[in-house]
Amino acid sequence: MPQIAQIADTYSSQIFWLLIFFGLVFFVIGRGMVPKVMATVAQRDSQIASDLAAAQAARDQADVEEEAWRKRENENRAAAQALVGDAKAKANADSEKKLAAAQKRIDKKLDEAETRINASRDEAMGEIQSVAAEAAQDIVQRLAGVKVTAASAKSAVKEAMTNV
Amino acid sequence: MAQPAKVDPMYQFTIKPFAGTEGWEIAGYNIAFTNSALWMGITFVALLVFVLGGMKRELVPGRWQMAVESFTGFIDDMLEANVGKEGRKYVPYIFSLFMFILFANLLGLLPLGLVGVHPFTFTSHFTVTGVLAIISFAIVLIVGFWKHGFHFFSLFVPQGTPWPMIPIIFPIELVSFLVRPFSLALRLFVAMMAGHVLLEVLSSFVIDGTNAGALWGTVVGLPSFLLMIGICALEILVAGIQAYVFALLSSLYINDAENLH
Repeated sequence: MPQIAQIADTYSSQIFWLLIFFGLVFFVIGRGMVPKVMATVAQRDSQIASDLAAAQAARDQADVEEEAWRKRENENRAAAQALVGDAKAKANADSEKKLAAAQKRIDKKLDEAETRINASRDEAMGEIQSVAAEAAQDIVQRLAGVKVTAASAKSAVKEAMTNV
Repeated sequence: MAQPAKVDPMYQFTIKPFAGTEGWEIAGYNIAFTNSALWMGITFVALLVFVLGGMKRELVPGRWQMAVESFTGFIDDMLEANVGKEGRKYVPYIFSLFMFILFANLLGLLPLGLVGVHPFTFTSHFTVTGVLAIISFAIVLIVGFWKHGFHFFSLFVPQGTPWPMIPIIFPIELVSFLVRPFSLALRLFVAMMAGHVLLEVLSSFVIDGTNAGALWGTVVGLPSFLLMIGICALEILVAGIQAYVFALLSSLYINDAENLH
C-alpha cells in the first residue's frame, strides 16, 4: 500500500503541495470568485423580486382604475336610465293628459248629441201625440159622431202610448 | 500458457516525483513535485476554468453560468439549512472543499489510461484527506473557542443530561468529537481507494481471463467487464457523494461550533 509504504518519503511534499493548491482554490476561487457569482445571483433575485413587485403594483393600479371606471360607468348608466325613465314618465303623463282631454271632448259631444237626440225624440213624440190625438178625435167623430175634446183625446192617446 | 498480466492494484497509488524535483527541500522537508502535486494543480486549473465560465455575471445566465451558480447555490443552501444565517460566511471554504474534492475524485476517474496518461486520485491518500479534515476540524475548534470561550465545552454535555450522568457522558462526547477528523479523513480516503482498487482488480480479471482463452474470456472476462461498467457508474456517484459527505459533515461540525446546541 503506497499510502503507508511511501509516507515517510512523501508526507511533507503531499502536505506542502496540498496546502499550496488548496490555498489557491480557497483564496482565488472561494474568496475571490464565489462571492461575485453569489452577488450575481442575489442581484438577479432582487431584480426579479422588484420586477414582480412592480408588476403587482401595476396590477393593483389597474384594478383600482378598473374599479373607478366601473363605478363611473355604473353612475353614468344609472343617470341615463333615470333620464330615460323621466322622459318616459313625462311622455306617459303627457299622452294621458291628451287622452283625458280628448275623452272629455268626446264625452261632451256625446252628451250634447244625446240631449239633442232626446229633444228630437220628445219633439217627435209630442208631434206624434198631437197628430194621434187629432186623428183619434177625427176617427171618433166620424165613427161615433161624438165630439171629443182635444184634452181628453190627448190624455187617452198618452195613456195608450205609454201602454205600448 | 499465456503470460499472466502484471496488474498491481496498488501501483496506481504510487507517488512518483518528477525528474529533477526529488531534491527540493524546505527546512529539511522534501517537497518534490510529484504526480500527486501535478493532479492537485490540474484540479485547481480545471476548477478555475469551470468557475471562470460562471463569472460572466449576466442577468440571464447561460448554461455554464447556470451550472456554476447552481453549485454555489447548493453550498449556500446547505450551509443555510445546517448552520443558519451565520453559515453564509463559510460558503467560500465549504465551496472550495466540496469542489476541490469533487473535481479531484472525478478527474481521477477519467479514462486517460487509453492515451497513456495515468490519472492520479490524490484523495485516495490519507495524507491529503487528513490535512483537509484537520483544516475543517481546526476551523471548528477556532470558531468554537473564539465565539464561546470555555463555554464551548458544554458541547460535550447534551442538553437535559441529568447531573449524575455528566461524568460519564462528557468523556464519551469528547471522544466522539475528537474522532471526527479521523472519520472525516478515513471515509474519503477509503471510499476512493476501495473503488479504484476494485476497478483495477476487475480489469486484471478481464485481462487474465481473456488471455486464458475464449472459454475463460466468456466465463470470467465478460462478466467482469460488464461489472466494471456498472462499477464505473457507481464510482462517479461515489465521487459526488464523498465530496458531498465531506462538505456536509464539515458544515454540521461548524454548526456545532457556531450554535453549540
